[in-house]
Amino acid sequence: MIVLPDSASAAIMSEGERAYPNECCGALLGSMDDSGGRVVSEILPIHNGRETEEQYHRFVIGPDDFMASEKTARARGLDVIGFYHSHPDHPAVPSDYDREHALPWYSYVIVAVKSGVSGDLTSWELDGDRSRFIKEL
Amino acid sequence: MPVTIQIPTALRVFTDRKSEVQAKGAIIAEAIADFAASYPDIKQHLYDEGGTLRSFINIYLGDTNIKNLGGLDTPLKDGDILMLVPAIAGGSNP
Repeated sequence: MIVLPDSASAAIMSEGERAYPNECCGALLGSMDDSGGRVVSEILPIHNGRETEEQYHRFVIGPDDFMASEKTARARGLDVIGFYHSHPDHPAVPSDYDREHALPWYSYVIVAVKSGVSGDLTSWELDGDRSRFIKEL
Repeated sequence: MPVTIQIPTALRVFTDRKSEVQAKGAIIAEAIADFAASYPDIKQHLYDEGGTLRSFINIYLGDTNIKNLGGLDTPLKDGDILMLVPAIAGGSNP
């Protein structure tokens, strides 16, 4: 389960519009509550590491950027609890490509950006057997 | 060679919440396989259906990505520290 405050949702939507027609990406920094739910405190925008000509439908946060995001989170007393990205002119639903590259436990927030304007925002967690995403928001 | 493998947060659900575990191997591929054999539920997240390490799983020996060393064939010595570092990737179809 994820708790995503309106301020974080708004920031992700803004990032999606800023990056349009390309995909934006970043980390969700936060903590775990007593019931094991993930509570987002802030977002950390990260450079889309894919080639420019592929960024309209792909993103990657490379290992060096991953480690940097972990370091930033620790410095703020937080953990990396998930990631977000945008789907320009596509629905806020995970693609097969998303599922094939996902890890368990993290929350994956997706914002749909249609014609440059952010719309639906959803969040998903990979099922333990990698067969599907479970919608959590 | 006994080595230490550091585990990212997302995969600790498969290692009894341990942030690092011990494994044995003369080369990195053997150490990762030994680790996966000890925690079999993690296998599907490390390896694809063909048994190849997933492309988004990166391994660091100390501070160096093994892609800049000898890859999975890089030899290990006692006390080496390996770190599993995922790349996060995705995107809309097609």
